[in-house]
Amino acid sequence: MTNTPGPPESAPSPFRPSGDVTPGEAAVRVVSAEESPAGEALEASSVVSPSREAPVAVAPSGEVDALDDRTFSRIPEPRGEGRLPLGDGTWHQLARAYVLVQVISQGAVLLLVLAAAVVVQVVFGFSWHWIPAGVVLLVTAFGLAITPRQARSFGYQLRRDDLVFRRGILWQRVVAVPYGRMQLVDITHGPLDRGFGIAQLKLVTAAASTGVTIPGLNQRAAEQLRDTLIEVAETRRTGL
Amino acid sequence: MTDSRPPEPGWAAPVGPALTPQPDAAPPRQADVPTPVTPQPDEYAHAPQPGGPTPVAPQPDGQDRAPQPDGPERPGVRSPLSDGEWHRLHPLTPLLRGGLFLLVIIGVFIANARERLLELFVPAFSEVPPGEYPPDPVDFILGNNLLLIAGGVVLAVLVVLLVAFRLSWRFHTFRIGADDVEVRSGVLFRTHRRAPLDRVQGVNLTRPMIARLLGMAKLEVVGAGLDANVRLEYLGTRDADTVRGDILRLASGRRLAAASTRGASPAAGPGSLAQRAAGVVGDGVQGIVVGEDLSDAEPESVVRIPVGRLAASRLLGGSTVLLLVFVVVTVVAASTSTLWVLFSVVPAFLGFAAYYVRSLARGLRYSIAPTPDGVRVTFGLFTTVSEVVPPGRIHALEVRQPLLWRPFGWWAVSVNRLSGRGATDTSTDQFAAVLPVGTRADVERVLGVLAPGLPPEEWAALFEDGVLGPRPTDPFTTTPSRARLLRLFSWRRNGFLLTHDALFLRRGWLWRSLSVFPLARLQSVGVRQGPLARAMRTATVTAHVIPGSVPASVGVLDRDDAVRLLDDASASAVAAAAGDRSHRWAG
Repeated sequence: MTNTPGPPESAPSPFRPSGDVTPGEAAVRVVSAEESPAGEALEASSVVSPSREAPVAVAPSGEVDALDDRTFSRIPEPRGEGRLPLGDGTWHQLARAYVLVQVISQGAVLLLVLAAAVVVQVVFGFSWHWIPAGVVLLVTAFGLAITPRQARSFGYQLRRDDLVFRRGILWQRVVAVPYGRMQLVDITHGPLDRGFGIAQLKLVTAAASTGVTIPGLNQRAAEQLRDTLIEVAETRRTGL
Repeated sequence: MTDSRPPEPGWAAPVGPALTPQPDAAPPRQADVPTPVTPQPDEYAHAPQPGGPTPVAPQPDGQDRAPQPDGPERPGVRSPLSDGEWHRLHPLTPLLRGGLFLLVIIGVFIANARERLLELFVPAFSEVPPGEYPPDPVDFILGNNLLLIAGGVVLAVLVVLLVAFRLSWRFHTFRIGADDVEVRSGVLFRTHRRAPLDRVQGVNLTRPMIARLLGMAKLEVVGAGLDANVRLEYLGTRDADTVRGDILRLASGRRLAAASTRGASPAAGPGSLAQRAAGVVGDGVQGIVVGEDLSDAEPESVVRIPVGRLAASRLLGGSTVLLLVFVVVTVVAASTSTLWVLFSVVPAFLGFAAYYVRSLARGLRYSIAPTPDGVRVTFGLFTTVSEVVPPGRIHALEVRQPLLWRPFGWWAVSVNRLSGRGATDTSTDQFAAVLPVGTRADVERVLGVLAPGLPPEEWAALFEDGVLGPRPTDPFTTTPSRARLLRLFSWRRNGFLLTHDALFLRRGWLWRSLSVFPLARLQSVGVRQGPLARAMRTATVTAHVIPGSVPASVGVLDRDDAVRLLDDASASAVAAAAGDRSHRWAG
């Protein structure tokens, strides 16, 4: 996959209504999906096992599906043969803008710490403070380095009765949440998120350990997903 | 304030529209249960009725419903307190709730006036020469002839306190409706809490020592959520018990009179007689001598724990190992350095002793019994807690065996359930340890009570397979032999089993444990895998349930098994939840 965090079509466009997808963009997305072998595998495998797989219709027909609008199109996997398989079905992924937001915010932290350390060095002239500052800088830099790859590892699948969520490459985690178990769906977005039109969607069940948080959805996708989830949960409502 | 009404049944009278509870509360099936209605007036005849300050009855904010015509609509309601009207709590409530405050004040007073009291009663032992007191407020008052004023102030404070307590009692009302339990309290800042009955997670009846002496009990309706409990503190013991029965009966959705009679009558006969007899003796004495069992349903406990076994099991717990290690360390330290180390550990030993005594006292007088409305578990020597957990409120359970119990064949059972406490409430949820210690037969009976859906022979097979370990025909899917290095001893045991209504996780070889997750309560399932597990082609499966003490994950399973379990368990959980009707368990 050759996509850098900010290909032209996924460039932040805070001033454009996010729902307005031009045919060109959609075409580009399809192309980018096709040029990756895993993308082909996805397309091919999404036909199998229709019984379990009949997905929940998310978008009102006729519209471009907001869930896959300007998102990543391939989930990177660990090399080990014993990895948790991607399995059948289409995985929806995070918006590309999420990487940008993460890079900006973590980069800001990095720069601030760096600047503070330099100022301390210049003004007070001692240098032991580079030890804690160095640790912070290293951790942040490491986070910054893996962010683009990590962001791609998030994926969710809307199956007939449950939502499957996966994340992580080195430490993989897959969770299946029956729709009826959802207690509430939370959407949050900070100022930076809003600027890039992304939002974080959190799915809350009675079990704290479920821990399904999808961090970087397009705002429209997040709202659409929320509405769909609530609607589906309503028809499959169960007790605690 | 001056309006003194004629003595009425008092606190039991409906607050809202005048309506005498007695005739109305008589349910259709009162023929076989006359007791809860008849003893009501004289039962509270002893209750002090401070005729003085009787403030105007709190107006129910205009939200009061019209008095419901009783009878066919409220079957199975046995207590006049649960007739769908607003009622007050026990008149002695302020004493217990404010009692602590008063105790503190008295304590402060005694601490300050200690010298003086000593001098007053045992002049010989006083260190202060007679006639000379250390300067204190009492001297000041005596010296300046302010006795009258001081007395007046004290009296005024007392009166204000009494009035405040009385007011808060009058404004503290509750109502048990057909669909919810409501409590209103507060004089200036009113709070109104309403809990829907179909979400009730349990009803527990707590009787702290002092309250028990006064024949009172605290009723707590456990809700699903953080700090979601509705507390009725305090009620008379017998009332609390019948009210609890009513709440559960209403919550069960047993609307039909026929169903209600069938469900509750077998238990009612001897219980009511015993109640009447007990009423003569007096609640306080009875409560201490006989114990908790004043229930309407008087069921026989399915497990008896001999005191010796309970004590031995507490001694053989993990804390004893800790204690032994501690003793060895101190002895070594004392012999190598100074003997004074021995004295510094006295507080630690006291702490251990207190822990043993407490856990023993908590486990004493244990009983567990099935009732028509769920499992009833009773605990405690000094503070007796008796809790009824309706069916389908147990989210996970674990059978486990600490190492030292192994020679004796003892097991413990604990559960996860919603306790509805606040995040700040750190006291342990007593119900979590459903069976503190028991033999295999006890465990099987307890499991049978907790999960009545499974036939007993299936439980027995499950015990053989799941708890005792792998038999040649082992239904569990276990760790593959290629990964046995990661579970050196337990790899044959380490595994899972998915049936159509539960997920079983079996773990441990030295510390044997089996976790059971009813699929109808399973929130979600997760699989995770780190680099090492990936190299071994294994994964870890976690069952996501409400937080509690039951371990919910099992590692080092074959990757394909784990992924398959994720799909199967999710699908089965959906199916089980769709067929689950336990929120109204009798409907």
